[in-house]
Amino acid sequence: MNRIVKFIVLDIFRNKIILSYTILMSALSWGVFSLEDNSTKGVLTLLNLILLNVPLVSIVFSSIYLYNSSEFIELLLSQPIRRKKIWLSLFVGLQTSLILAFLLGAGIPILVYAPINYSFILILIGVVITAVFVSIAFFSSIYTRDKTKGIGIAILLWLFFALLFDGLLLFLLFQFSEYPIEVPMMFVSALSPIDLSRIMILLQLDVSAMMGYTGAVFRQFFGTRIGIYITFAVLMLWIFIPFYFSLRKFKKKDL
Amino acid sequence: MILIKKIKKQFGKLKVLNRVDLSFEKGQCIALIGPNACGKTTLIKCILGMVLPDSGEIMFNGVSIQNDDQYRTHIGYMPQIGRYPDNMTVGQIIETMKSIRKYKGDFDERLLEDFKLNEMFDKRMRTLSGGTTQKVSACLAFLFNPDVLILDEPTAGLDPLASEVLKAKIILEKEKGKLILITSHLLSELDDLVTQIVFMHEGKVHFHLAVNDLLQQTGELKISAAIAHVLRAKEKNQTGTLRNS
Repeated sequence: MNRIVKFIVLDIFRNKIILSYTILMSALSWGVFSLEDNSTKGVLTLLNLILLNVPLVSIVFSSIYLYNSSEFIELLLSQPIRRKKIWLSLFVGLQTSLILAFLLGAGIPILVYAPINYSFILILIGVVITAVFVSIAFFSSIYTRDKTKGIGIAILLWLFFALLFDGLLLFLLFQFSEYPIEVPMMFVSALSPIDLSRIMILLQLDVSAMMGYTGAVFRQFFGTRIGIYITFAVLMLWIFIPFYFSLRKFKKKDL
Repeated sequence: MILIKKIKKQFGKLKVLNRVDLSFEKGQCIALIGPNACGKTTLIKCILGMVLPDSGEIMFNGVSIQNDDQYRTHIGYMPQIGRYPDNMTVGQIIETMKSIRKYKGDFDERLLEDFKLNEMFDKRMRTLSGGTTQKVSACLAFLFNPDVLILDEPTAGLDPLASEVLKAKIILEKEKGKLILITSHLLSELDDLVTQIVFMHEGKVHFHLAVNDLLQQTGELKISAAIAHVLRAKEKNQTGTLRNS
């Protein structure tokens, strides 16, 4: 493993926030599964908790970490290291530690309690959604120099994707309910990684009643298997595109 | 060794560097002086690739530094205000830098001993005073035996004793034939160090002269007096009298 990545991962694991995040995820998961006697219902409850908590912690923690490592970045920049490598190491380091924290906290109880075909996808969702929001944090924090503003934007972005986006979707639905908007709606839902993950897991769980509007359209349009592949592919884009733009900006930044 | 060609840099509307042309050779010890906000630190950061100039070119050993990073193996940099990760200890910083650099030769740890930093290896960076942080910066700059040393206000914040230790070290390195670039406000400190003077003002190089020439042309004995002489002459619009020989 790259030395800078190793250093960053070790540094993050010395952080108490990441420890409490692991404990929180663990407590939530064990709690949900021991309260719900039906494991499918347990999976759904946990899904909603994951989709609320994981993005918040990923985006806010990553933003703060990036702002706090500005000194370290400066120090590295005066050394013979390519800018791309510095930024990529930070990215890989943050991803590794947050994903590891999720796996340690939520992964173990999910593997113990959830049926095997659900547990895999639920863990996958957690990992992917962590990666997406770390990537978004890189994007938002490179474009704002001020720390307070940057963290504010991170929280607003989370609020938007976790809560406001659904409201917006619903609003659009009602406004255009007299038109055939199923297909455009599908594309709109691709604009929110959280919605995408929800659709993905509901497709896998095959609980039509809970699938909601876009999910149903997705299945009708693509079928279950292809639907999952497509949602997954779009989520991958959500990881790579924001990071790619942040990297481009970082290469040209004055420090 | 370092060749700077028509560098321009603008922050918003402020022209920080305006067509700066300079060249530095091995064995020189150059003092970069000028009033606050004249572009000294920006120029240094351009050489280090931390600030990317809007136009112009910087060559290091005949190769453009644009899109290059390996040339920095030859540079030791001591920033004006060293900023380090708060939670790292002095020892960790030094160890991390050593492992990142993949440097094969002998480490130059003289300053670590002279500054007695060995005794503070377990202290976290946030607990250090400004002066001690400067000492860490100085040690890191000299640690890898670089051919070029770029020191931004090296003695600011150091106590007289430490500042003498650092000056002795700089002179030692100069005698080894290294290129040393210093910015400083304390002109009196430069007398026994520098061989060349670069005077910058509002993003432009006013003059670049060897110390001997400067002293000869102004008829003064000390650098500080010579600079004062030049500044007075400038006020009378007589800058044209200085020639580079």
